[in-house]
Amino acid sequence: MAHLELADVMQRYGAHTVVDGIGFHIEAGVIACLLGPSGCGKTTLLRCIAGFEDIAAGSIALDGELVSRPGFKLAPEQRRIGMVFQDYALFPHLTVADNIAFGLKTKGGERQQRVAAMLDLVGLSGQGEKYPHELSGGQQQRVALARALAPAPRLVLLDEPFSNLDVDLRERLSLEVREILKKAGTTAILVTHDQHEAFAMADEIGVMHEGRIQQWDTPYNLYHQPANRFVADFVGQGVFVPGTVLAGNRVQMELGILESGVPVECSAGCGICGKGCGVDILLRPDDVVHDDKSPLQAAVEHKAFRGADILYTLRLESGARVLSLVPSHHNHALGEKIGIRLDVDHVVAFKRTPAA
Amino acid sequence: MYEFDWSSIPGALPLLGKGLLVTLEVTLTAIVVGIGWGTLLAVARLSSNRLLSFLAAGYVNLFRSVPLVMVILWFYLIVPQALKGLFGQDIGDIRLVSALVAFALFEAAYYSEIIRAGIQSVPKGQVAAGLALGLTPGQTMRLVVLPQAFRNMIPLLLTQAIILFQDTSLVYVIGLSDFFGTAYKVGDRDGRLVELLLFAGAAYFVICFTVSRLVKHLQARFIK
Repeated sequence: MAHLELADVMQRYGAHTVVDGIGFHIEAGVIACLLGPSGCGKTTLLRCIAGFEDIAAGSIALDGELVSRPGFKLAPEQRRIGMVFQDYALFPHLTVADNIAFGLKTKGGERQQRVAAMLDLVGLSGQGEKYPHELSGGQQQRVALARALAPAPRLVLLDEPFSNLDVDLRERLSLEVREILKKAGTTAILVTHDQHEAFAMADEIGVMHEGRIQQWDTPYNLYHQPANRFVADFVGQGVFVPGTVLAGNRVQMELGILESGVPVECSAGCGICGKGCGVDILLRPDDVVHDDKSPLQAAVEHKAFRGADILYTLRLESGARVLSLVPSHHNHALGEKIGIRLDVDHVVAFKRTPAA
Repeated sequence: MYEFDWSSIPGALPLLGKGLLVTLEVTLTAIVVGIGWGTLLAVARLSSNRLLSFLAAGYVNLFRSVPLVMVILWFYLIVPQALKGLFGQDIGDIRLVSALVAFALFEAAYYSEIIRAGIQSVPKGQVAAGLALGLTPGQTMRLVVLPQAFRNMIPLLLTQAIILFQDTSLVYVIGLSDFFGTAYKVGDRDGRLVELLLFAGAAYFVICFTVSRLVKHLQARFIK
């Protein structure tokens, strides 16, 4: 039995359907992530799981216990779900230790022990007597996590927990938080619009768009085997380049013939693309390799220096554009023609729709 | 040219002191009861229970829409008569009690508006955080929201207390000898009304100005 199970959950605001039939399940100890652009319904879904919102259809079960269905909602305070909020929502009138102890039912020494253990877990030993405003943003974040974990919740929900932090800290802290959650063995769901955060933290990611889960998968599969065009576009960078399927798992493209190890399968679930089938191939920046010896040339249209490498936007003869990630010592000027070749491990193809 | 004669003041000081005690008694009672009752009203008004919220709003709007003098007179003239009719016996001198009740109930309406604003100034996330930690809505209000709300409200509550302190002088309409009433009576008795009123005015000024400086000081400390 899964630890958390959602079935066909719907949530509406008036006529507007925010969460549109979502179902997924998470095993105990897993860190999952709901990833999507703002307005996709991910935060609303999180609030449904926490018990702050009623649901219009479907059901939510935690640890085998039904907690939400239409017309019934177990109160948030009875769910034993911990939450870490975007703005941390630490209690400013209480010390760090009192914040962490707040949700504990135990008294006296046991309580103090638990607080000390939590402070230790998040690396803030000895800071218990401070007030939240005396701590840095990253430290406040960790207090919020300690407070949520202290009552040993059945599930921890993190709502855009790193969006108030600067980029450096965000990356470091997301790895730290993952370690803390894993050490505590807690099942967790993170909500974010930032895929780097999602990749750094989560074992499983559900990509959300327009109130629906577009794909529920591991970070690796999301990137390399996106289930539809939205996921392909939203996760990672890349462009679609048209091609035509030839015999023998090959695709004729402007960039040459692409060989696929397996039959070219249309990723949106429409089966195998046979000979003559028009497809759009997803090309990631790392699929297009700079090679001076290659006969295939493309003009540099735009370049973004990123330190270790440069992200080139290249224009092909036909006017189609591709992205290419090149080590930064290959510094080419705008307009210059450079040699490229394809180096595609995972062929991601979508059957071309007449409109596209 | 008017000749000032302050000689009747030293002898009247004990009486004036007694009057000041009455003033303070009314003020403090109104503050304590007003904040307590006002908190309940504010919570009721923000409650999701429509009836509670409606009743609280009605109470607050009623008391905020009538002059304080009138409320004092109601509780002195009308309410005791009604009680007398109910219990059928004389209740004796009720001036102080009726003033205490009138002020407490009246001030509660004003305090409840301040407290309501204070509660609303606490971010909603704080409530969610309290609930997520397993506290009931009532505990969350008591342990998370109200402590923060009161902290934010201290300057406003004190300012309201200063206004209240001055307003208590209105009890002279029911003949209660508070500080102002005593000064008036002594002045009338000795034919030195101008001096007594000037003296009482100076005393009010010193007390209120001192407290308001204190409030400013607190404000500077709390709003960082």
